[in-house]
Amino acid sequence: MGLASAQPESSRNAPNGVSGHRQWNSSAMIILSFAALLVAWHCGATLWPSRSFPPPLLVFQTFLRETASGDLPYHLGMTLWRVAASFMLAMTIGSVIGVLLGSYRRADQFFNPWLILFLNIPALVVIVLAYIWFGLNEAAAIGAVAINKIPNVVVTMREGTRALDLRYAEMAQVYRFGPLERLRHILLPQLQPYIAAASRSGIALIWKIVLVVELLGRSNGVGFQINLFFQLFDVAAILAYALAFVAVMLFIELVMVQPLERSSTRWRRRAA
Amino acid sequence: MNAHPHAGAAARLKVDIEEKSFRSSNGGTIDVLRNLRFEVEQNEFACIIGPSGCGKTTLLRILLGLDPEYRGAVQLPGNARARMGAVFQEPLLLPWRTVEQNVRLALPKRLRSANLDALFGQLGLSKMRTFYPGELSLGLARRVAMARALAIEPDILLLDEPFVSLDDATAYQLRYLLLSVWSERPTTALMVTHNIQEAIMLSDRIIVLSDRPSHVIGTFDIRLPRQYRNEQVKADLLRSFNEKFAGTRIAP
Repeated sequence: MGLASAQPESSRNAPNGVSGHRQWNSSAMIILSFAALLVAWHCGATLWPSRSFPPPLLVFQTFLRETASGDLPYHLGMTLWRVAASFMLAMTIGSVIGVLLGSYRRADQFFNPWLILFLNIPALVVIVLAYIWFGLNEAAAIGAVAINKIPNVVVTMREGTRALDLRYAEMAQVYRFGPLERLRHILLPQLQPYIAAASRSGIALIWKIVLVVELLGRSNGVGFQINLFFQLFDVAAILAYALAFVAVMLFIELVMVQPLERSSTRWRRRAA
Repeated sequence: MNAHPHAGAAARLKVDIEEKSFRSSNGGTIDVLRNLRFEVEQNEFACIIGPSGCGKTTLLRILLGLDPEYRGAVQLPGNARARMGAVFQEPLLLPWRTVEQNVRLALPKRLRSANLDALFGQLGLSKMRTFYPGELSLGLARRVAMARALAIEPDILLLDEPFVSLDDATAYQLRYLLLSVWSERPTTALMVTHNIQEAIMLSDRIIVLSDRPSHVIGTFDIRLPRQYRNEQVKADLLRSFNEKFAGTRIAP
């Protein structure tokens, strides 16, 4: 017993030191890699000067100007809110449908063709139809983005539900877990890797579709601004908006998604 | 088809299963249990022994309410809804919850904030409360499973070979721990095992099952209190057990 208690203690401390070192190394690598890209871009733009290929400094100046005027934060905020709303909507609805299809084989057999159909409808078609049927409003925009993402979430969550270990559910039944406890302590932890996978690919997909939705039928947001600058042929502004948004998404990934994932899987990493 | 009679707060476990069969994949049916009848008195520790594949685990699943497809009746001790403590062959701890959370989650609401220091101490788990199950050895994980089963103050304790695949010393230690914890909080207990020595050490009564479809061949009562069962007594008990059930296939 003494041995058994001593062992996890030491293995608990060791990976922290190692991963801390590795993390420092990897962030240095990321910075170096981005710096190299910037230099290459700058050299390219200096060697072949053109209005359609502005150097990074000009893009940065445009970014500062747009930020100072308040335009960029406003449009960025609108886009972010649409991304967040359609993400939440798609994850919730997609997870519920996915878990149901994963649990009931009959329902799965019946709805699978629908799923394949929805998976293959182009995003653009859904957006155009949503605007035609429900008008050029916020609900249609967010709904259209969510509908584009829901089938992917369903597929991932259905896979996760099929992989559930039923013995835990039986244990919960014997010990009379309430419905909420089952959800929180039995179902969600087992689905966590699938939820993480669905949200990872979800965020990336959704923000791109949101831009299209804004371009086609909204009067604000990054997509709307990019359309505007496209007509003005202002490539620096297009790049400034796009890069600002990418930076925000990266920030969310690093500050919210990754720490959350780390904390929810710490039982797995420590089990060395 | 089957019933859990709720009438009366009978304190004993009554099993009366007329038939339990499984449908096999090729369309046939396999009779697992037939006319299986026995009772376990309140606070009695009973062991079930039988050839492997005779349906012992199926019986436990029926008692746990995990398999409602049988003909017959089962009456659990305690009130209408007996609290059941179960230790399965696998510890079945939630890997994403700590040792302490695993135990507390199983507790009924009114016991949620109970003081578990004594129980953890007795089972030698005081220092492991913040560990995750993945960090424990099988023996330690089984102890946590035992702590979970005992912490709910069960009306009945159901154990499915809780000491298999452990080395002899660990298994012995665990049996001893189970016994000491159980004696302090006696409750009706039913344990499935393959190990006759283990049954002789732990139980008040050994119920011997036949081959499939299984029924009770006979019972072997041990009236001697456990503290008097020294090696000599246990050897004698084993001999008389073997004499009584000579010719039946029990070992796996």
